[in-house]
Amino acid sequence: MFESPIREPLILGKKTYRKITDDLVSPILGPASWKWYVTTAFTAAVMFAGFAAIAYTIWVGIGTWGLNKTIGWAFDITNFVFWIGIGHAGTLISAILLLFRQRWRMAINRAAEAMTIFAVICAGLFPIIHMGRPWLAFWFLPLPNTHGPLWVNFNSPLLWDVFAISTYFTISLLFWYTGLIPDLAMVRDRAKPGSFTYHVYSILSFGWTGSAKQWQRFEAVSLVLAGLSTPLVLSVHSIVSFDFATSILPGWHTTIFPPYFVAGAIFSGFGMVLTLMIITREVLNLKDYITLEHIDAMAKVTLATGMMVGFAYATEFFIAWYSGSYWERYIFLNRAFGPYWWSYWAMVGCNLLIPQVFWFKKLRRSPWFVFVISIFVNIGMWFERFVIIVTSLHRDFLASSWRMYAPTWVEVTILVGSFGLFLTLYLLFARFLPVIAAAETKSILKTSGDQYAGLSWEAYKARKPQGAVAPALHFSSDPDTPKS
Amino acid sequence: MAKYLIGLYDDEDKLLAAVEAFQKEKVPIHEVCTPFPVHGLDHVLHLKKSRLPDAAFVYGALGTLTALTMQIYMYSIDWPINIGGKSFLPFPSFIPITFELTVLFAGVLMFLSYLYVNRLYPGRKAVVYDPRQTDDAMVIAIADEGHWDAARNLFQKTGAFEAKIVEL
Repeated sequence: MFESPIREPLILGKKTYRKITDDLVSPILGPASWKWYVTTAFTAAVMFAGFAAIAYTIWVGIGTWGLNKTIGWAFDITNFVFWIGIGHAGTLISAILLLFRQRWRMAINRAAEAMTIFAVICAGLFPIIHMGRPWLAFWFLPLPNTHGPLWVNFNSPLLWDVFAISTYFTISLLFWYTGLIPDLAMVRDRAKPGSFTYHVYSILSFGWTGSAKQWQRFEAVSLVLAGLSTPLVLSVHSIVSFDFATSILPGWHTTIFPPYFVAGAIFSGFGMVLTLMIITREVLNLKDYITLEHIDAMAKVTLATGMMVGFAYATEFFIAWYSGSYWERYIFLNRAFGPYWWSYWAMVGCNLLIPQVFWFKKLRRSPWFVFVISIFVNIGMWFERFVIIVTSLHRDFLASSWRMYAPTWVEVTILVGSFGLFLTLYLLFARFLPVIAAAETKSILKTSGDQYAGLSWEAYKARKPQGAVAPALHFSSDPDTPKS
Repeated sequence: MAKYLIGLYDDEDKLLAAVEAFQKEKVPIHEVCTPFPVHGLDHVLHLKKSRLPDAAFVYGALGTLTALTMQIYMYSIDWPINIGGKSFLPFPSFIPITFELTVLFAGVLMFLSYLYVNRLYPGRKAVVYDPRQTDDAMVIAIADEGHWDAARNLFQKTGAFEAKIVEL
């Protein structure tokens, strides 16, 4: 029931249960500031620009992109892998850290899971657009088709991807919503009964009451979903990496890809979580919940996964040399010193070198500094996918088919538009749903609140009870009555 | 209209002690509602362990079977295709989809079972004894009027900060 004094408190400001409710519900029930409207209008405009570029692509055809005969995959698949990776931090925080009983996850899991869902939505756009004829996307489903009972190709990692991504999206959504139901009930009971807001949250909260049996089942379901999500999240990016690893292209045909991609995904995901959480804690005034301790912990994860990714870069080079394969050696030297050298060094710089500043505690605890570094992580991880995809493709086995790739304005607009989509969804989430898992935060208040952390057991027992002491209607009793 | 005597507590330790006191005095507790999961509450209330995780295992196994049956039927029985002399039953290729469908079936069906056993669905009217039960108060509700006098005393003794009769 008490925490060792060396562990820093996770909830500051001597919160009570009531105060936690108020801090999280007031931004939802109160009016939105003009800044929210302006920002949302801007991101929505960017999103619609992206949709327009998508419509243009579908109307005119994939020829509007910078692809050519040699480079048949570039921006779209880069963006796809990038967005899928962004999602991974959410599942890591909500599932893996739950299994490891890491309490610091509670302040950030809701928002990180929301990011997972929005990122997977963004990711899912790209393969569908890239089909060229997106209305035939259902051909990926195992349906008997009209040309006779010919089925989908179960040997293809692209088909595995369809199953992996749709499962990932569904399970992440259910996990997120399971946690949201009690908090939606919390919003419902704060809204004016009978009002429109009340009805909306009443429907969304499915009639949750918080009875002991409901909570017991809630915890059982959360734990099992966490247990399911943990291998799932590892499988998703492994399967994404199979898209490359099962090919015979030098630079792609490597067994290191699954762990390398998973580490990279978590790295990039934490980059994005840091970017958005540092803004969220500032704007919604949640610094007591998303504390420097949280930013510190996330920066440590970023550093660790960044070094794993860096180690993978080094291993790839070593194996390229050690394999003795002429093609393999060439492709790696070409990555670092060929025409796309700048993208390679942008990747190494942003992913391996720049995060090294997180060795310093002072820097890990300066939110705005961490924010800048997190932007670099986002950029670096986007470039990692670009490097893997474009540099391996652009120099074919035949020197006569060597080509260069540059995106057109259509591809750039779609990429920017996907950020618009992601941020618009996030802004709507931050406006209408509790951004911090309120029930879970309340459940750790007694162990991680700053008024309790570091207390001895005796001091804990002797403390004044916290919480609201409302005037009694029929009788009141002394709140300090000793327990029976 | 059902009538309940409810007592509100502001501290989970008091609540746990109160539940035990009610049980000692043999006052039947109708329901306990808390704003967050209180650890140990299911033990003192002698709630049976949830069988949802067991159900999830069965659902997962169902997913595994579905995935394997589907892939083997489609790829190896219904329309085997010779791709460069590769196996008509490429079992390793079936593993990713088998895994994904196992997780999908277990997760989705367990979630639906969870909603079903909790009787949660969009549009259901919540039983809210007191709005503070989703905020900062833990509610013990006593349904049986014959025990209300005893319950009132127990609420007082165990440190409830408020007690009242509500009609729902």
